[in-house]
Amino acid sequence: MTATTRRSAPQLQIPVLLFARYAELLGTPRLELELPIGCTVGAALAVLREQPGAEALPAQLLVARNLERVDLEARLVSGDELAILPPMAGG
Amino acid sequence: MPYLTQTVISLDALVAQVTHAQVGGIATFLGVVRDHHEGRSVRRLEYSAYPAMAEAECGRLVSEAESRWPCRVALAHRVGPLEIGETAVAIAVGSAHRAEAFEACRWILEELKHRVPIWKREYYVDGSEAWVDPTAPSGIQSGQSAPR
Repeated sequence: MTATTRRSAPQLQIPVLLFARYAELLGTPRLELELPIGCTVGAALAVLREQPGAEALPAQLLVARNLERVDLEARLVSGDELAILPPMAGG
Repeated sequence: MPYLTQTVISLDALVAQVTHAQVGGIATFLGVVRDHHEGRSVRRLEYSAYPAMAEAECGRLVSEAESRWPCRVALAHRVGPLEIGETAVAIAVGSAHRAEAFEACRWILEELKHRVPIWKREYYVDGSEAWVDPTAPSGIQSGQSAPR
């Protein structure tokens, strides 16, 4: 399941937002992943980890979907937006 | 009114938001920029955020606090560049009695630190800079080099 395989199969286009240190590591604040229908958040992260620079991401990632924290088992649907959140440091 | 702001935070404005006839006590908290972190001398810093989620999460925090305690909450967090001594976060909690105001104020701040997607980049006196990671032993995110 990579961003480039199964182009003819139904696909989800899921935007992924990156912030702070993670945006620096991947060289962009936003990328779009092409994922199979029914893909989980965890599977989307596996595809994200194939991107250049992603090897430096930590093993555990905080993920939000549509502005709320989400578990790795959650299934993505069309229109979802993911955000990968570095350790928060507000306050 | 948005919770994130690029401009100076007015505690008076927050206090005004939680002041009404039933309020007998208002607890406030100010988080200000200090000049050191984990032994490093800090010259200034910059907060960045995931604005849409930070606004949503602050809204959820305020709702949760107001349902856990009989209180009214006002909250503001700066984003962008800040100098030493500037207010980074301000909380005002008004309630009929002091205990709820103190408890809710403390709870909001602790939750905010864990839940609101805001990041802090520190610029040190020696010219280096780093993203802060409160969960890391060094206090900064791994893979960065910042002298001590």
